[in-house]
Amino acid sequence: MADRESGIGARVLRKEDKRFLVGRGRYMDDINRPRQVYAVFVRSQVAHGTLKGLDSGAALETDGVIAVLTGEDVAADGLGSLPCGWTIHSKDGAEMKTPAHPALAIGKVRYVGEPVAVVIGETLEAARDGAELVELDIDELPPVTDVVAALEQGAPGIHDDVPGNECYHWGLGDEEAVDKAIDAAHHVTRLELRNNRLAPNAMETRAAIGEYDPVDGMYTLHVNSQNPHLHRLVLAAFVELAPEHKLRVISPDVGGGFGSKIFIYSEETVCAWAARRVGRPVKWTATRSEAFLADAHGRDHASTAELALDKEGNFLALRVRTKANMGAYLSTFAAAVPTWLYGTLLAGQYKTPAVHVEVRAVFTNTSPVDAYRGAGRPEAAFLLERIVEKAAREIGMDPAELRRRNLIPKDAFPYQTPVALVYDTGDYEASLDKALDMADYAGFAARRAESEARGMKRGIGLSCYIEACGLAPSQLAGELGAGIGLFESAEIRVNATGGVKVFTGTQSTGQGHETTFAQLVADRLGLDMDEVEIVHGDTDRVQYGLGTYGSRSLSVGGSAIHMATEKIVEKARKIAAHMMETTADDVDFTQGLFTAKGTNKSMHFKEVAFSAYVPHNYPLDELEPGLHESAYYDPENFTYPAGTHICEVEVDPETGVVDILAFTAVDDFGRIINPTIVEGQVHGGVAQGIGQAMLEHCIYDDESGQLVTGSYMDYAMPRADDLPDFTLAFTETPCTHNPLGAKGCGEAGAIGSTPALINAITSAIGHENIAMPATPLAVWRAMRGAE
Amino acid sequence: MAINVSLSVNGQAVSRDVQPNRLLVDFLREELGLTGTHVGCDTSQCGACTIHLDGLPVKSCTMLVVQADGARITTIEGLAPDGDGGDLHPMQEAFRQNHGLQCGFCTPGMVMAGIGIAQRHGLPSNDVIRAELDGNFCRCTGYHNIVKSIAAGAKAMAMTGAKTVAETGGE
Repeated sequence: MADRESGIGARVLRKEDKRFLVGRGRYMDDINRPRQVYAVFVRSQVAHGTLKGLDSGAALETDGVIAVLTGEDVAADGLGSLPCGWTIHSKDGAEMKTPAHPALAIGKVRYVGEPVAVVIGETLEAARDGAELVELDIDELPPVTDVVAALEQGAPGIHDDVPGNECYHWGLGDEEAVDKAIDAAHHVTRLELRNNRLAPNAMETRAAIGEYDPVDGMYTLHVNSQNPHLHRLVLAAFVELAPEHKLRVISPDVGGGFGSKIFIYSEETVCAWAARRVGRPVKWTATRSEAFLADAHGRDHASTAELALDKEGNFLALRVRTKANMGAYLSTFAAAVPTWLYGTLLAGQYKTPAVHVEVRAVFTNTSPVDAYRGAGRPEAAFLLERIVEKAAREIGMDPAELRRRNLIPKDAFPYQTPVALVYDTGDYEASLDKALDMADYAGFAARRAESEARGMKRGIGLSCYIEACGLAPSQLAGELGAGIGLFESAEIRVNATGGVKVFTGTQSTGQGHETTFAQLVADRLGLDMDEVEIVHGDTDRVQYGLGTYGSRSLSVGGSAIHMATEKIVEKARKIAAHMMETTADDVDFTQGLFTAKGTNKSMHFKEVAFSAYVPHNYPLDELEPGLHESAYYDPENFTYPAGTHICEVEVDPETGVVDILAFTAVDDFGRIINPTIVEGQVHGGVAQGIGQAMLEHCIYDDESGQLVTGSYMDYAMPRADDLPDFTLAFTETPCTHNPLGAKGCGEAGAIGSTPALINAITSAIGHENIAMPATPLAVWRAMRGAE
Repeated sequence: MAINVSLSVNGQAVSRDVQPNRLLVDFLREELGLTGTHVGCDTSQCGACTIHLDGLPVKSCTMLVVQADGARITTIEGLAPDGDGGDLHPMQEAFRQNHGLQCGFCTPGMVMAGIGIAQRHGLPSNDVIRAELDGNFCRCTGYHNIVKSIAAGAKAMAMTGAKTVAETGGE
C-alpha cells in the first residue's frame, strides 16, 4: 500500500540499483549477437585535407577481415546526410548553412577523428589489424580550430558552400533600446570571456550493434541512446536507412549520457547499414580515445558582454556578442544550443528591461559541438553571473545585494522577459536568502580575515541562475526551427492480477526513472513499488517518445504518465461503480480503494483490474474490456528551475592551488518526487560544473588541429579528491502548467556551479581576468597579472 | 600460441588456454561472461574494471590473464553469490542505501575499490576515502554519495565482521 514511505516526496531506494550492484546491468558492450562481426573505424589523422583516395588492399588481405567500406559505398546505397534537427535563421532572414554530413567522409576530411572508412572483421583484433593497414591519401590543408580565428579574413574555408565559415548570424532582443540604454548609462561593466570546450565523458562509451534480417527486411539497431525513437525517426526519414516500421532501435541500460547520446552519429548509422552489406550483425564499441575524438563536445564560446547600470545599481540593459563553435559539421541539435537555449536565458533571474544578443555560429576543424549537460544555459548563466559579479565589484556594492535589487519579484509572475521567454513562477529571493544563510555569508569577512592571518586568500562567489527545461510546446518549437515535436507519451497496461507496466518514451541514462515513475503510479493506484514496472528503451515495445534531455523526463514524461494513470483511474472508477451498483460520480478512490459514497461497499483496485479482464459482471454496453490507457502530453511552456549557488574557496598565493571549502546549492525544482534522486542529480551536475571551472578543457593545437587532450592522461576529469561535500537545500514554487508541478533537476548543478566557483576565485585573488579552467597555473599567473 | 592458465574466479576453479596478449578484463567479460566488470577507458585511469586479485583491488584492464595464473579473483558478481535475490555484501548494500550510484557503469569498480579501502583503513575518514578513490572515475554522482556509501560500507563491514576477500579466498 502506498504511503509516505513510497509516495510522492518519499526517499524511496532505487529499484534499478540491485542489478547494477551485482554486476547484472546490461550495457551495450555486454550484448552480443549470434554470428556478429566487429567494426573498427578508420579515422582521419589530419584536421583538414582533400581525401584523394583510399587503399584498402592490404587491409582486405588481413586474416579475418571481411570488408572495408567507404563513403562512396554509403552513397552508392543511397543513404542521406546526417541531418541537423533544428534550423536557425540569421538576422537577415537567411536560413543557416547546412553543409552535407556524410556518415563516412567523401572528398574531404574536416577534423581529426572523422570516420573515413570502416573495417569489418571476424574478430575485434582482425578488424583493428585491418584498420591499421588502410591507407588514406590526403592532401593536407591548413586547419582552423579556434572559433575566433575561423571568422577572420583569410581563414581556411572548411565547406565550399559556407563562405567565411559562418553557419548563421542570429540575433534576439531590442538592439536599439539596448544601444540607447548603454550609451546613456551611469555605469557600464564590460567583460570578455571564453566558455571552455568540454568532452562529455559518460563512463560508458558509445556503442552500436546493427542487424538486418533479409527475410522480412527488418533492421534492429542496439545503440546506447538517450532517445531511441529519435534515432529511428532520423535514420528512417532523413538518412533513409529503412522505413520506420522496418527499423527497431533498442537502448539498453545506458551508462551516462549528459547529452552526448542524444545525437545520431556516423557510427551507429554505419553499423546498421553495414549489417545488410555483410549479412551479419555488426558491433562497434568506442574506445575512450575515440570518445574524445568523435563524441560531440560541449560549450566553446567566445563572448563579449556589456551591462548598463544606473546610479542605484539597477540593471538597464545587457548586450552580448557571442561566437559559438559548431565544429566541422552540424550535429543533431547543434544549431539550437547557442540560440534558443542560450540567448533566451540572458535575462536570468533579473528584471533587466532590455537585452540584445547576437550569435555567430562558426564551422571549425574540430569535432562537432552540441548539447552537453545544460546546453546553452550554462553558457548564459556563466556570462551573466560573471558580469553581474564584476559590476558589483566595480560599483562597490555587495554582490548579493546587487542581485537582490534586480531580482524579478515573486509577485511579478508570469513574467515576460525581453528575450522571448515567459517565466511561469518563481521566488528567487527565497533561494537567495536561504543560500546566504546556509553559507553563512554574513560571517565571510571574519573567515577571510582568519585565512589572511595564515597567508591564504579566501573568496566567496554567488550565482543566481535560471534555466529553461522541458523544451516546449511543440508548436512554438516548430516555429523556432525544431524538426521534431517535443511532447512525451506514456502507456499504462494493468494486468488482470493488478500489476502494472508503464511504457514511457523517455529514456533513463542513470537518473532513476524506474523508481521515480513507479513512485508516481504506485502512489496514485495504491500499489507497492514492486508492482509497477517501467519499460523504456525499445521502439518495438514503447509506443513513441522523444527521450531524455533538457531535464524533461519528469516534467514532460512524468506528466504523460500522470495523465495515463488518471485515465486508468477514471475507467476503473466506472467499472467499480457498475460492480457496486452506483454511479461513477458516487465512487471515491484513495489508497487503492474504490468506495461507494454513503455505503460500506468498497473494492480494491486489483479487484477492478481483474474484472476488466474477466468481464463477467461488467458494463460491456458502455465500456470495452481491459485496463490499458495511453496519453501524450505536450507542455504549454518550458519549466524554469532556478536557484542560488554559493562557493567559498581558499587560494594558496604561493602555488595558485584552489581549495573548495564549501559549496552550497539552493534550488527550486518545483515539486519533488524523490529528494534523494534529486540531490544526486544536483551533486553530479555541480561536479561537472566545477570540472568545467577548474579542470576540464578540450584543447586543439592551433597549427596541426590535433586534439591535445585525447585521453584521461591529458583531460582532467574531476576526481573524488578534487571535490568537496556539497550542502544542498530546496525551495519550492510548483510549476504552474504541468500536472506534477515539477520543473526538472538534471542540469541545474552544471549551470549554477561554474560561475559561483569562478566568482569565488576572482573574489579571492582580486583579479577578474581568469580563463577556465582555473588551474593552479592559471590562478598563479592571474595573481601576478601575467598572461 | 596459447598458454594454459588455472585460476579461481569467484570461488570456482577455471582452467583455460589463452593467448599471451589476452587482457584479464577481456577474459572475464568475454570468456567467462562476467560482464559486471566494465571497461571505461584505455589508459588505466577510470577504474571501472577494478576486481580483487588475491584480496587486493587491481585494474583488470592493465593485467594479462597469464599474469593471473594461480590467482584468486573476485569480481562484482562474486561478492554476493546470492545477490540475484538474496543479501548483498555490506559494501553493495551501503551503495544501495546511500544512493551511491546513478548510471551504474562505474559502480562495480567503485564497490571493489571501496571494499579495498575498508580493508586497508578500517573506518576511513572522508578525506581518506576521497584520496583513495584517485583511480576511479564517476561522472554521475559527483562522488558525494560514493564517499558516503564507502564510509557506511566500511562501518557495516567492521560491525558485521565481514571477512575480507583475502581471508575467504573469494568464497
